Amino acid sequence: MYVDPRGPRFGAAVTTAVLAVVLLTGNGWLLAAQALVFALGAFGGLRFAPYGLLFRLFVRPRLGPPAQLEAEAPPRFAQGVGFGFAVLGAAGYLSGLTALGLVATAFALAAAFLNAAFDYCLGCEVHLRLTRLLGRPVTRYVTDNRRREAHA
Amino acid sequence: MSVVGLVVVVVALVAATAFGVLRRRRAGSLRVAAATETVGADVLGSSLGERATLVQFSSAFCRPCVATRHVLGGVAGSVPGVRHVEIDAESRLDLVRRLDVTSTPTTLLLDRAGRERRRATGVPRRDAVLAALADIVD
Repeated sequence: MYVDPRGPRFGAAVTTAVLAVVLLTGNGWLLAAQALVFALGAFGGLRFAPYGLLFRLFVRPRLGPPAQLEAEAPPRFAQGVGFGFAVLGAAGYLSGLTALGLVATAFALAAAFLNAAFDYCLGCEVHLRLTRLLGRPVTRYVTDNRRREAHA
Repeated sequence: MSVVGLVVVVVALVAATAFGVLRRRRAGSLRVAAATETVGADVLGSSLGERATLVQFSSAFCRPCVATRHVLGGVAGSVPGVRHVEIDAESRLDLVRRLDVTSTPTTLLLDRAGRERRRATGVPRRDAVLAALADIVD
């Protein structure tokens, strides 16, 4: 599936704001809600991503058509990484391990901000390193897709 | 409001900005390869170009790999004797480890003997690729 690349970037900007509010207020439930947002995008697909919905309803109509469409897998992978950090952070805040909450949220905030401001590609940096570490791909999602396309 | 939280927000944003700016400055240029590994047609799984080979490591979760393919494909199409070979990094971990590739897209510029002469991470600029080719092709 292909998406308007401005959608995930808009989502990253909203995520940056939400995570900053989490850090400022120390609200573990808000971070848990953000974890759910990440989960919907990562496991359900970007068409279920809540911030993507906001983009399509309110932002996209004000913009022209995108210069090009991009594959869904890279931003979806980034949502999965965000989910991991958000779960860790929420567990920290809600269990009283505030330091864990602060550190995990700080990493998620830095990644979301890099994505929003610099169009940073988290999957480019992280996925190959993880694969090297584990000796096999973390997920086969796109390679399977490519194979399907090749057979079609 | 948490003062510690405020400090963490500022530190995270400043660190991310510094990282992003450094990254952007480094991306796209071809640096002289630190270790001169030789990559033969046998390990590459594809024949070498007569004069030079542009080896691109790509992966599934990599957006700039598409743009890199366009740049390198364009160069290989316009400079005679130069071949573009794209490798799925995750299915060639042996080669990835041997050449110490850590992120995608990574581009290696091999000379006619298969020696690695230049390396780029991120989308290489077309003019930088052409200049590096002019340097190594005799």
